[in-house]
Amino acid sequence: MLTQPDSRGRFGAYGGRFVPETLIPALDQLEEAFAAAWQDPSFINEFQGLLKNYVGRPTPITFAPRISEQTGLHVTIKREDLNHTGAHKINNALGQCLLAKRMGKKRIIAETGAGQHGVATATICALLGLECEVYMGVDDCARQQLNVFRMRLLGAKVNEVTSGTRTLKDALNEAMRDWVATVNTTHYVIGTAAGPHPYPYMVREFQKVIGEEARAQYLEEYKSLPEYGIACVGGGSNAIGFFAGFVGDPSVKLFGVEAGGLGIESGSHAAPLTAGEPGVLHGSFSYLMQDAEGQIMGTHSVSAGLDYPGVGAEHSHLKDTGRVEYFAVTDDEALTAFKEVARLEGIIPAFESAHAFAPLWMKDRFPKGALVLVNLSGRGDKDMETAARLFKL
Amino acid sequence: MPSSQASIQDRFSKLRGLGEKALVLFVTAGDPPLAELPAILGALEEGGADLIEIGIPFSDPIADGPTIQASSQRALDRGVNMEGVLSAVKAASVSIPIVAMGYLNPILRMGVREAAQRFASASISGTIVSDLTPEEGADWIKASRDQMLDTIFLAAPTSTDARLDLVCKDSTGFVYAVSRTGVTGTGSAVPSDVLSLVTRIKERTQLPVCVGFGISKPEHVRMVCGAADGAVIGSWLVQWLAANWQGGAGRAALIEQIRELKAATR
Repeated sequence: MLTQPDSRGRFGAYGGRFVPETLIPALDQLEEAFAAAWQDPSFINEFQGLLKNYVGRPTPITFAPRISEQTGLHVTIKREDLNHTGAHKINNALGQCLLAKRMGKKRIIAETGAGQHGVATATICALLGLECEVYMGVDDCARQQLNVFRMRLLGAKVNEVTSGTRTLKDALNEAMRDWVATVNTTHYVIGTAAGPHPYPYMVREFQKVIGEEARAQYLEEYKSLPEYGIACVGGGSNAIGFFAGFVGDPSVKLFGVEAGGLGIESGSHAAPLTAGEPGVLHGSFSYLMQDAEGQIMGTHSVSAGLDYPGVGAEHSHLKDTGRVEYFAVTDDEALTAFKEVARLEGIIPAFESAHAFAPLWMKDRFPKGALVLVNLSGRGDKDMETAARLFKL
Repeated sequence: MPSSQASIQDRFSKLRGLGEKALVLFVTAGDPPLAELPAILGALEEGGADLIEIGIPFSDPIADGPTIQASSQRALDRGVNMEGVLSAVKAASVSIPIVAMGYLNPILRMGVREAAQRFASASISGTIVSDLTPEEGADWIKASRDQMLDTIFLAAPTSTDARLDLVCKDSTGFVYAVSRTGVTGTGSAVPSDVLSLVTRIKERTQLPVCVGFGISKPEHVRMVCGAADGAVIGSWLVQWLAANWQGGAGRAALIEQIRELKAATR
């Protein structure tokens, strides 16, 4: 069974609302509007209709014959890379923008790390005729420049964030500050499963289509469930949507793969569930990377989308209950997987998604012949400039 | 010990007797450097401050505009930590109440009981936690009551009547009315609808109400003190100190500025 947050927006001990007073009425309004929409057949029909005819769902599952042969496993891939705009992010962006429209809010803001959520939001805003501004760390703008161009072409304004770490964390800070000032007219489309209630719950509900589809497709194809499900975890939106399909199946072991950067022992990573402790960041109580003083630590990952010190509240709960096992893989392990997936299967994953593949090559992670389903959250076109530099392509 | 905490309530009673309103000033602990803090607090008191908010720097201040963000970052870059801040506050010999203002995570990290105890023993009279609302505040409120620390919650122009009820119920010392829908920082004018927020708060509580965010000039102070019991000045002072304190060389000029602001509360 999927966990429902309690009346304070908590999954177990995690979640809640830790934001300035100014935003609380808007969160109350959002919670109410989402609850009503999510029971309204006309809203659900519109959402599902656009997922089918605009986003291109359902995305297929694809057997990976050559990875399977090389690893001695039976590996199947859930293809979120085949969504319009190239990642799972559009599922949530579509849901939230439809909701914003229903609430009469005509201006949309979003944060983005890798740019995939920014592109997805800019895309849906173009479709629905909404004004769109995206906050993106200036360092991320440099390493994901193609996505900056895409957002601008789609009519969004991209605000480069120069404060703090100049990556996803500070993009979120800036978006939050914008929202504090514009909350009466603006909806903030948070792209990850983090943030104050109702975001972690709402984002999961909009993303759970990934897991529900994958489960049904797998059953139809193989007449059984997979033994393992794997997804990468930054803030955790693709993973929470994917896991949602399987948490009620005790036979399916679930792995959440965090960004180990240069290695957990180096301190340069983005793995709060693996090496962090609970605290409050961006409106929610959850695991995060913090120092002894409770200051939020800088992170490192080759993948901009995972380069974040916090994580969605429900993941913290799933960690503590033991339902999902979380661990980290390093930049190098992810980059090796990135190349292997491309060469063996003709699929170029995003750097983020490559983290979910890396465990396939690790000794002792899986018994021989295990049935493994990997969530490929997005495609790697955006990472080609970095890949070209790293691999001298 | 808690007995050395100056009473916020007594301060407001005294002001009422004098027919004055409160001048509340915000400074970031550690910007200028922490060693200067006792001298700065002394100068603010001499200039006429009635209450001082000490900003505890945090890496991710989502309720703050560019001025306080940059100031917090400078303080953190200088290695400011909670222990240092509390020692510096303790070392300042001012008689006006001092309130700590910051974000929740450093308090959680220390543990709410431990944090309340340490604030109180540094002679801090109350706290304002920008990302804590009454709904999530039970543990902090309890720890604070045990240490005679006031809990000052924020009321915003967007707050519904039901939320103002909550804010008033859980606040002690005073209620902080946010002048505008936005983050901290100076602006050219204070929105006049803050006065209706002050009225809505006063319908619910006997507590004093202080207005902050975007207040930087004597005319702003005069305007909000028409309805409220005090005015809070933050970003303007933070900026002034960063530019002009100069290791204490700016002391006389600072006192002069504060006197002008204080005059607007009379």
